Amino acid sequence: MNKETRRLSIIKKRYRQENMFKFSAIFAIIIASSFLVFFLANISKTGYTAIQQTEILTEVTYNDATLKNTYRAVPRELSRLLSRGFLRLIPREVKANPELMGTTVTRWIVANAEVDQYMKEKPNRLKSKQIAIIEKLRAEGKIKKTLNTGFFYNGDSKLPEIAGILSAVVGTIYVMFLTMLFSVPIGVMTAVYLEEFAPDNWFTRTIEVNINNLAAIPSIIFGLLGLAIFINIFGVPRSSALAGGLTLALMTLPVIIITTRTALSSVPDNIRQGAQGVGASPWQVVWHHVLPLSLPGILTGSIIGLAQAMGETAPLLIVGMLAYIPEAPTGITDAATVLPAQIYTWSATSLRAYTERTALGIMVLLSVLLMLNAAAVMIRNKFERKW
Amino acid sequence: MLKVLLYFFIGVLPLCYMAFYLGRKKARTGELESGERFHSRPAQYGWYTVIWMAVPSLVISFIFTILGSSKIFAVPYSMHISTLLVLAAGGLWFSLKNIGSDLKARNFIENTIKVMLVTASLVSIITTIGIVISILFESMKFFSHVNFFDFITGTKWSPDTAFLEGAGRDGSSASKPEFGSVPIFAGTFMVTLIALFVAVPIGLLSAIFMSEYATPKMRGLAKPILEILAGIPTVVYGFFAAITVSPLVVQTAEMLGFEADYTNALSPGLVMGIMIIPFVSSLSDDVINAIPQNLREGSLALGMTRSETMKHVIIPAALPGIISAVLLALSRAIGETMIVVMAAGLRPNLTWNPLEGMTTVTVRIVDALTGDQSFDSLETLSAFGLAFVLLMVTLILNIVSSVVIRKFRKQYD
Amino acid sequence: MEKNIKMKSEALNFYYGDFHALKDINLTFPEKHVTALIGPSGCGKSTYLRCFNRMNDLIKDIKVEGGIYLDSQEIHDPKLDVVELRRRVGMVFQKPNPFPKTIYENIAYAPRIHGLVSKGSEMDDLVESSLIKAGLFDEVKDRLKSQASALSGGQQQRLCIARALAMEPEVLLMDEPASALDPIATQKIEELIYELKERLTVIIVTHNMQQAARVSDYTAFFYMGELVEVGDTSTIFTNPTVKKTEDYITGRFG
Repeated sequence: MNKETRRLSIIKKRYRQENMFKFSAIFAIIIASSFLVFFLANISKTGYTAIQQTEILTEVTYNDATLKNTYRAVPRELSRLLSRGFLRLIPREVKANPELMGTTVTRWIVANAEVDQYMKEKPNRLKSKQIAIIEKLRAEGKIKKTLNTGFFYNGDSKLPEIAGILSAVVGTIYVMFLTMLFSVPIGVMTAVYLEEFAPDNWFTRTIEVNINNLAAIPSIIFGLLGLAIFINIFGVPRSSALAGGLTLALMTLPVIIITTRTALSSVPDNIRQGAQGVGASPWQVVWHHVLPLSLPGILTGSIIGLAQAMGETAPLLIVGMLAYIPEAPTGITDAATVLPAQIYTWSATSLRAYTERTALGIMVLLSVLLMLNAAAVMIRNKFERKW
Repeated sequence: MLKVLLYFFIGVLPLCYMAFYLGRKKARTGELESGERFHSRPAQYGWYTVIWMAVPSLVISFIFTILGSSKIFAVPYSMHISTLLVLAAGGLWFSLKNIGSDLKARNFIENTIKVMLVTASLVSIITTIGIVISILFESMKFFSHVNFFDFITGTKWSPDTAFLEGAGRDGSSASKPEFGSVPIFAGTFMVTLIALFVAVPIGLLSAIFMSEYATPKMRGLAKPILEILAGIPTVVYGFFAAITVSPLVVQTAEMLGFEADYTNALSPGLVMGIMIIPFVSSLSDDVINAIPQNLREGSLALGMTRSETMKHVIIPAALPGIISAVLLALSRAIGETMIVVMAAGLRPNLTWNPLEGMTTVTVRIVDALTGDQSFDSLETLSAFGLAFVLLMVTLILNIVSSVVIRKFRKQYD
Repeated sequence: MEKNIKMKSEALNFYYGDFHALKDINLTFPEKHVTALIGPSGCGKSTYLRCFNRMNDLIKDIKVEGGIYLDSQEIHDPKLDVVELRRRVGMVFQKPNPFPKTIYENIAYAPRIHGLVSKGSEMDDLVESSLIKAGLFDEVKDRLKSQASALSGGQQQRLCIARALAMEPEVLLMDEPASALDPIATQKIEELIYELKERLTVIIVTHNMQQAARVSDYTAFFYMGELVEVGDTSTIFTNPTVKKTEDYITGRFG
C-alpha cells in the first residue's frame, strides 16, 4: 500500500510538471502576442495625433511691403505662431496669381509645430504670452485642428508642420519598380534553370550553396556591395533610386529564387512527362505547362520578397538614400529617399514634433506591407492547387 | 528612364517584329516552293532571325554602356550607334541567308534560351564574388594600414584622429588613430546575447505550444501573429526601441536603484530578441513536426505525459534542428543594423553592464559610411574591415547551421 | 474452464468525424492468453487496439461510445488516469520506434518516470531482466551504452518490447509487431509472444494469418468495422461458422 501511495504522489507531481510546462508554452505565445498588441497600440498612440494639423484663421495682406518681409503679411501677434513654410511661399503665390496684389484675404493657415504641439496637449516651447494669444484665438474659434492632408502631398521639410511623405513615397515606388524589374526576371530564370534544366554537377551545386548563403548575408553587406560596385565602379549616382533599386534587387534575388523553386517543384512530374509524351521540347514543357501552373506560387513569392525589400533600410543608408529630399524625384538617377529611410531620418531629429509624424509614417508603411502580404496570402489560397 | 522605354518601343520592338516577319515569310515561301517540310515551324524561323539580329547588338550595347559608366573606356556615341546598326544588319542578313529546310531553328532557340537561363543564374554567383571582392579588396587596404592582429585584439577604438587626417588636417600633432575592435565586437556580442536570451525560450516554447498543445484554431491565430512579428521592418523596431523601450528601461533601472544610459545595450537587445522570435519558432516548429509520429506514440504508450514526451524524447531528437535554428537567428541578430543604429550608442565601450551605452559592428559601419568622409579615409576603410569580419562570422554560422540541419533531415527521411 | 477476463469492450462504437469506424464491438480478452485480431486493411482492427490504451485520444475529431474495461474498471473513468492506464497497458508498434538514446536509457526511461524503482542498482536489475524477458540481453549485454539506432530492425523491435515490459504492464498491445521485419526476426518475436503470455495478457493485431494461427489462443475476425466472428484460434482456422471468415482465411479476399 505504501508503494501505491508513493506512486500516486508521483503521478500528482508529474501532472503538476505537465501543467507548468503547458502553462509556460502558453505564456510564451502570450508574451509574443501581447508584445505585438502593445507595440501596435504604442505606435498608433504616438502617431494618431499627426492625423490632425492645427490651422489658424488670419488675414493675409498682399502688398509690396509684405513681399519684402513676409512676416508683415499677417497680424504681428500671429507671425510667430504660423508656419514659416507658408510665409515663405507668399511671393510665389503672388507670382502665380498677380490679382492677389493689393488685397487682403482671410484664410486658414497652418500653424507652426509648437502651436500644434500645444493644441495636442503635448510638451512645447511656447511662452506664456503666446499661449494667451492661442487661448484667445480658441475662444474666438479662430484656431482649429483639421485633417492633415499635407502629410500625404508634401515632401520632406525642415519644418515639422509641413513635412510629408510624398517624396519618400515616390522614391519608394521608383526603387521598388527597379527592384522588381531586375530581381523578378533574373530570379525566375535562375529558378527555372536550376529546377528544370540544370544537370546535377559541381556547377549547379555551387550555385545552390551560393544562393543559400546569399540569403543569409546581412542586408547591410549588400549596401557595401552597392557602394563599392555600383557607385564607385559603375558610376551610378549616389542616393539615386537606381543605386537603391539595384542593391535591393540583389538582396531580394535569393528570396525569389528559393520561393520560385518551391513553386516549380510542386508541379508534379507526370505533367512534364505528359507534355514530353506529346512531343513538346524541354522549353515548351516549361513555358506551356510548368510555368503557368506555378504562376500563383511565383507571384506569392515575388510579392513577399518585394515586401521584404520595401521595409529594408540599412543597405539604402549605405548607398546614400538618407539624403534630405524635399521634392519628389523625377527620374531614377535623381537623389531620392524611401519611406523607411524617411522614418529613420525623422526619428533621428531632436525635434519632438517629428515623433508623431514618424509614427504616422510607420503606420502608413505597416499598412502597405500588411496589404501586400495579405494579397500574397490571398493569391496563394485562391489559386493554390493540391496535387 | 522614359527615353530608354521610348527607344525600346519605337526602335527595338518594331525592328524585332520586322525580323520575325521576314524570317517567318522566308520559311513559309521556302516550304511552299520546295514542297518539303522544314525542320522547324515557320514562326520558329522568325524567332531565329530575331535572335540573330537583336541579341549580339544588345549584348554589345550593354558592354559599351558598362565600359562607359565605369570610366574604363567611354565609347563615342556615334561609334556605339554605328556598331549596333552594323551588327543588327549583319545578323539579319546572315540569319535570312541561313534559313532552309535543314536549319534546326527550334534547337537554336532552345539553346539560346538555355544560355540566357544560365546567364541569369550566374548573376547570383557574380553577386557573391562581387561581395567578397569588394569587401576583401577594401579591407585589404585597411589592413595594410592597420595590423590585423591589432585590429582583432586591440581594446581601444579611436578613429577620430583618422578623421582629422581625412579632413585634411595634419595628423602628426594628434595621437595615432587606434582601431582595436574588441569593444565593438563586445557590444555586438552583448546585444546579441540579450536577444538570444529573449528569443530562444519564447521562440522554442511558442513552437512547442503550436505543435503540441494548440488546437487548429489557436494555431491559426498564433501563426500569423508570429509572421507579423517577422514582417515588421527593422527600422520600425528601431524606432520602438529608441522611443519607447529605452526610456522604459531607464525608468525601471532607476526604480531599482541602477543607473542606465539612454543608449543602453539592453533595449536594442530586448527588441531584437522579439524580432528574431519568429526565426526560432518557425524553424523549431518545422523540426518538431519532422520528428516521426511513432516516436511520440512510443513515448505516450509508455504512459508519458506530453511534457515528458517533449522534454525527454522530442526535444533531444530535434536538438540538431533547434540548434541550427538558433544559429540562424544568431546570425540574423549579429547582422541586424537598424535597431542598434537607432537605439544603441556610438561610443565603443568595453563593459559587462548591459545598462551602459555600447556600440556594435553594424553601427560603426553605418556611422563610418554615412559621414562626409572621402571614400579612401581610414575610417571609411575600417567599415570594410568590420564588414569583412561580420561577413565571415555570418557565413560560418550559416554553413554550420545548414550542415547540421541537413544531417538532421537525412536522419528522419 | 471459466477464465479470468482481463479486458473487455462493451457495445463499443468509434467515429472518425462522420465515419463510423467501429460498430458495436463486444469482445472479452482472457487473462494470460493471446488474442489475435485479424481482418483486411481498413477493417478497424488497429483502431480497436488503440482504444485499449486510449492512443486514439491524440487524434482530433473522434468520438467513442460504449465501454472498455480493464479488470472491471472503465478506462475512460476520470478516476483512472490515462498515464496510469498506459503504464498498465503497454503497446508495441508496427515500426520499431526506439528513442534516440542508448539501449539502457530506452528501457530505464519509463520506470524512472513512473517511479517504479528508487535505486540505481535496482534499475540495472530491471533493465537486465526486461532485456532477458525480451530475449535481447545476450545480444546487447556488452553495449548497453551504445545508441539504440545501431541495432538491427528486429533487435529494435525487441528493444521496444523490453521497453514496454520494464513498466511491468498487465496487458501488452501489439500492432502488427513483425510486419516490418524479416522472417528470422519475425520468428524470434513470435517465440517471445509465446513466452510472454505466462506473465501477461497479449492482444495482437496481425495481417499474417499463419502468425495468428501460430501465436494466438483466440482469434477475432473484423470486417468493415464489425466483429464478424470470435473463438478459439483452432476453431476459427479450421471450422469457422461464418462464410466471410472462411473466405478471408482461405485467401479469397483481403
